[in-house]
Amino acid sequence: MMLLLWIAVFGLLLNSLACLWRVLAGPSLADRILGVNVIATNTLLVLVLLSILREQSFWLDIAIVYGLLGFTLTLVASRLVETGRLRFREPTP
Amino acid sequence: MSGWIVDAFGGLLVIAGLVFLSFGTIGLLRLPDLYCRAHAATKCDALGAGLTLLGGAALADTGGDALRIVALLALVLIASPTAGHALTRAAWHAGVEPWRGEDHDGGG
Repeated sequence: MMLLLWIAVFGLLLNSLACLWRVLAGPSLADRILGVNVIATNTLLVLVLLSILREQSFWLDIAIVYGLLGFTLTLVASRLVETGRLRFREPTP
Repeated sequence: MSGWIVDAFGGLLVIAGLVFLSFGTIGLLRLPDLYCRAHAATKCDALGAGLTLLGGAALADTGGDALRIVALLALVLIASPTAGHALTRAAWHAGVEPWRGEDHDGGG
């Protein structure tokens, strides 16, 4: 069971690396925000699995705060995009 | 101390959530448009994270840990669709054109 959870942790890290390509190469700003959102969810799951693996429950509190911070980050960034205070670079068709 | 049935159930749920998260990542990397990518990413994000957190709640040591993981599951199930909706709404108001599908080269 421990081995399976470590495999899940490294699979989540590989997922985050693949999403990092979309963050770096995304044609618009919203693509980058979307990639950061997915990476935040993956990091939250890594924290939960680490709390089970290490049998320490303070990782869960960190995971809850991290989830709230990721949600707030996405909402604030999309609000800034919507009101035009962050410049939006369009992909030239 | 939980039985092996609960352990196997939790492991299966964690692996299923990981598979769904991989699908979401493939969609995020391969689909042609911001809206398609947001569709794939947020849907597979909510489902994969929900399954993984259910498996984690089944594998947790104490009842308090399981309760905290279930609270985290509720947070993810509320926050992920809300964030995706806000992001795509902002992109629509900022003028991102959706992919019409005329050219099959795609935009991504």
